[in-house]
Amino acid sequence: MSIQTTVSTPADPRHCAPPSAVRLSAVTKDFGDVHAVRGIDLDISPGEVVAVLGPNGAGKTTTIDMVLGLTQPTSGHVEVHGMGPREAVSHGLVAAVMQTGGLLKDLSVRETLQYTASLFARTTTVDEVLAVAGITEIADRKVAKCSGGEQQRLRFAMALLPDPALLLLDEPTTGMDVEGRRAFWAAIRRDAQRGRTVIFATHYLEEADQYADRIVLVSRGRVVADGTGAEVKALASGRVVRASLPEPDPARLRGLPGVDAVELRGDQVLVHTTDSDAVARYLLCETGAHDLEITSQGLEDAFLNLTGAQDQTEGAQR
Amino acid sequence: MTTATLASADELLTDRRVPPLGGFNLTMLGIELRRILRNRRTLIFTLIFPATMFLAFGTGTGTAERIGDGNVSAYVMVSMGLYAAALTAAASGAMVAVERSLGWSRQLRLTPLNPVAYVSTKAIVALVSGAMAIAMVNLTGAVQGLPQMPASTWLACGVVTLVCTLTFAALGVFIGYLVPSENVMQILGPGLAVLSFLGGVFIPLEHGSGIWHVAVWTPMYGVAEVARAPLTGELTWYAVANAVVWFVLFVAGAAWRMARDTARV
Repeated sequence: MSIQTTVSTPADPRHCAPPSAVRLSAVTKDFGDVHAVRGIDLDISPGEVVAVLGPNGAGKTTTIDMVLGLTQPTSGHVEVHGMGPREAVSHGLVAAVMQTGGLLKDLSVRETLQYTASLFARTTTVDEVLAVAGITEIADRKVAKCSGGEQQRLRFAMALLPDPALLLLDEPTTGMDVEGRRAFWAAIRRDAQRGRTVIFATHYLEEADQYADRIVLVSRGRVVADGTGAEVKALASGRVVRASLPEPDPARLRGLPGVDAVELRGDQVLVHTTDSDAVARYLLCETGAHDLEITSQGLEDAFLNLTGAQDQTEGAQR
Repeated sequence: MTTATLASADELLTDRRVPPLGGFNLTMLGIELRRILRNRRTLIFTLIFPATMFLAFGTGTGTAERIGDGNVSAYVMVSMGLYAAALTAAASGAMVAVERSLGWSRQLRLTPLNPVAYVSTKAIVALVSGAMAIAMVNLTGAVQGLPQMPASTWLACGVVTLVCTLTFAALGVFIGYLVPSENVMQILGPGLAVLSFLGGVFIPLEHGSGIWHVAVWTPMYGVAEVARAPLTGELTWYAVANAVVWFVLFVAGAAWRMARDTARV
């Protein structure tokens, strides 16, 4: 079974528009017998904030590695601002915060940034990125003495040094506390407004919904959905109507228009439906139901609906 | 924080240059050197230990005896300088592999830094720290006063020793890849000490003895003979062959492991 749903492909082709920030054409990547990426086409315009969502092994990290030139695609073509990925990195056009990127423990935070800055032709100042990442106070601390969240902020500061046009973030807020996470996303949004393109992979579904203009859902090495958070949620459409009802009539409920499923939990009834009004009207007018609540399915449910069922069959990749 | 220095949307795409020399620069080199100087364990093993060894072996009875252009004490001093420099260079080489296992090399690949510029920087760090180690032993000798040889010989020995240390930088990279951990020096340290004993660095070998027949095949023998040649005035073909062959072997080993490792970065 395959759920191939592409929502609202952005107006394409745009001959007069500036070149895409990122363009992937029929990109695949095999590791031996493992097909990590099975053909991804993606076109991201400058200034977009895009979340790449998917379960472990979906091919998110492999895709990001290819955009950065850390991995060569088995077939297909990757372009970053009209250049090859390595060339774009050399020009300081693209930077990334990677999960796997190591740090030298014997350097201080400031030295790490000075070291990184020295490798680029042009950078913003070390003091400036320290401030943006919120680590000015720990600038002289040894990296070994920094917490996981502080190290992650340091990686973020390093990525900001070349003032990149494209920023890739692989699970960027891992290890950050709530406050750090909020500050981090505030900084990202501010830069996006200036025209910086941001692509982030995350498993915090809330984060994708809240901060991305566009969500690309990846499963088993393919794009299974591509659209705004609302659109992706609408895909796995529907709401849940929940009420206390001592003697429910499940058959009658299933017969209502738009109802997908009915669950009974003690004296609670949960109805999954695309027409919550009809269910609510029935429950309140024709039964003794009380404490009724209607909730929209979170992105998490949409995510599971679109990707969950098929993932058991595939071995984990990367 | 100043937003004034941040580029505007248009500027994000303009003025994008590739740094010269593949990203090689003095800031990076300076920080790399500082890292060596801050590592207390490295300092003890490379600066203090060899100087102490010289004081122990190079100042006893009989060390004033003549050898070639100088005396036995000078001979021991050159040997200890070689040992110190070899150890330092091996430590620098091993750092390459350690940094790779820590993921730092991967981080550096997100920058314009060219791999050749990276390896060159590490080679310079190995040479500079090797030179510091040699200088430390020689300074100890000069202050102590027993070693005697003409200044030109003194200088020649130092330079030749420094060149010889590149063999051990390569060995460090090689072993670092085989044992990628931060404790790689715990293998390289004792390993080099054993090789130094075998190669006649600590105790002179008796030509033609049983141990000598083994020693001529070990990696410290050749470089030790070469490093002392300006002083002793003797250099056999098999000592030179030993030095060259081991250098080639270690460089090949390091290159082989590095190439294999690059595949998965």
